[in-house]
Amino acid sequence: MLYREAGQFKTTYAEDMAIFPIRQDRIALAILLGIAFIGVPLLADFDIWPFGSDYLLRAILLPFLILALAAIGVNILVGYCGQISLGSGAFMAIGAYSAYKLGTGVHIPLAWFDFAISIPPLPVLLAILLGGLTAAVAGILFGVPSLRIKGLYLAVATLAAQFFFDWVFLRVAWFTNYAPSGSVNAPTLDFFGLHVGTPIERYLLCLIFVTVFAVLAKNLVRGNLGRQWMAIRDMDIAAELIGIRPLYAKLTAFAVSSFIIGVAGALWAFVYLGSWEPLAFSIDRSLQLLFMVIIGGLGSIMGAFVGAAFILILPILLNRIPSELGVPLSTETITHLEFIIFGSLICYLLIKEPHGFARLISLGKEKLRLWPFPY
Amino acid sequence: MRAPDTSEILLQVEGVSLAFGGVRALRDVSFDIRRGEIRAIIGPNGAGKTSMLNVINGFYHPNHGAITFKGRTRAQMQPYEASRGGIARTFQNVALFKGMSALDNIMAGRTLKMRRGLLWQMLRYGPALAEEIEHRHRVEEIIDFLEIEAIRKVPVARLPYGLQKRVELGRALAMEPDLLLLDEPMAGMNLEEKEDMSRFIIDVNNYYGTTIALIEHDMAVVMDLSHRVAVLDHGVKIADGTPDEVKKNQAVIDAYLGVAH
Repeated sequence: MLYREAGQFKTTYAEDMAIFPIRQDRIALAILLGIAFIGVPLLADFDIWPFGSDYLLRAILLPFLILALAAIGVNILVGYCGQISLGSGAFMAIGAYSAYKLGTGVHIPLAWFDFAISIPPLPVLLAILLGGLTAAVAGILFGVPSLRIKGLYLAVATLAAQFFFDWVFLRVAWFTNYAPSGSVNAPTLDFFGLHVGTPIERYLLCLIFVTVFAVLAKNLVRGNLGRQWMAIRDMDIAAELIGIRPLYAKLTAFAVSSFIIGVAGALWAFVYLGSWEPLAFSIDRSLQLLFMVIIGGLGSIMGAFVGAAFILILPILLNRIPSELGVPLSTETITHLEFIIFGSLICYLLIKEPHGFARLISLGKEKLRLWPFPY
Repeated sequence: MRAPDTSEILLQVEGVSLAFGGVRALRDVSFDIRRGEIRAIIGPNGAGKTSMLNVINGFYHPNHGAITFKGRTRAQMQPYEASRGGIARTFQNVALFKGMSALDNIMAGRTLKMRRGLLWQMLRYGPALAEEIEHRHRVEEIIDFLEIEAIRKVPVARLPYGLQKRVELGRALAMEPDLLLLDEPMAGMNLEEKEDMSRFIIDVNNYYGTTIALIEHDMAVVMDLSHRVAVLDHGVKIADGTPDEVKKNQAVIDAYLGVAH
């Protein structure tokens, strides 16, 4: 009975085009943001359950936020523009390593010209954003094949990007500043003189990034460019006919998507991992992101969050259930069980609702508007 | 119907031939479309009607011949160049963007008119928002015109066929085209839907002054709507003229009814 839009009259198109045109949704979002921005830090500050230890912040909320951001990026490309990509992990790596190089200073000696390009270490924020920009450029380059090849064939082409960059960051020592182990450490996280160190600070930093990028991405997908992307996804011939250039639409999708993924990669490396090696951005990461997007809902920004939560948090919960219930099972058995249950849950969900959680939620809302009547 | 006053030629097709391997879809076809008229292209199945439309808006490139649109002659062009030049089109099988609402589909038709770049759209503030709202106004006019207010937020995949056809017409109209190509706008419709669609086509022609070229199999509709009719058969133009002239033409009667050999 609470979820009704009766009596909410919109008198301008601007009101009608709002992200959440229904008041109850706006209230729900405000509450959610309030919890995320004020509630969580307060609870953590006073060590109130479940924030007694840093575990929840460090091991769940932080990766959830960063991967949700990456999933938004993947969703723009796969969900909105319909270009299947298996190279998301590579673009995260590009974001991470370019941010690392820019954050620690770039020195390229050009022996032939007796000259060297030197960039002093940049502030972390700038390094992260430029890391995203580098990923965007790489995304455009690897998006060019999409003008000729479609669907699964494109997926294979993006897979090439994945393996290529895995190799580059493993073998080209310049990217890791010649670290003998191949593992690198993030520069200290200072933002405008503020040092970000404790888990709660890291959490807030990522939360700000995710919120800003989610709003920007939402604006893009409901604007003219978003319509162009979806038009290309749904019927590229008709799209071309109403004046959409496939080149522009596809490459902007690749650029925007890779930018967001690159920023997420830089955050993943700097804020979550702290020190990392190329394996952190392997094909597993690409697949994980793709699953998040498919399960969360293709073509939905909110779906990226739900998908990230499902893929990331459910295994952790499943893993903890036996010990919480006091069932005596070995750690190995629990891990195997986790895989079995998680895998079958994915299958069940996709059979029941191929369009993911986002569709489930919107159907639920439609039902709720009419509840208790069926129609 | 009364023919339009102007005799300015909007589109001139000269000696167009098109072959796919050994199949000769069009053979030396010439005709013109005058500004402001409703021009029908008819013919039995496989006569080359849709191929003709595809040539006009750049999907197919003719092997021979030239097309002059608004005074500019060209042998080849890309579909998006055609759309930029002012040619809009609907398809025989509805080609809407299935995952988008009716409103978004029609808004997508305004793509060419929208100027703000990626960064402005990202912020969706100031000029970008103003542009979005301005185009929403124009789109709402079209929605009013086509009487689809109630379904504007519905994903088009959920709409019945007749309404989908109407949304597709709306998307084409949103481009404010000079020349509107309609590929079988009444296919698969019942009588009532056909009457509605005919009314919309006449209104578009009268109200917006849009030149329309349409392919249609329903002869009653064609003869009532169009000012002039071109008849194709096996890729060759066999007749051209007013509906009354075409109706009496022996070649046309033979093509449709068959002749004893």
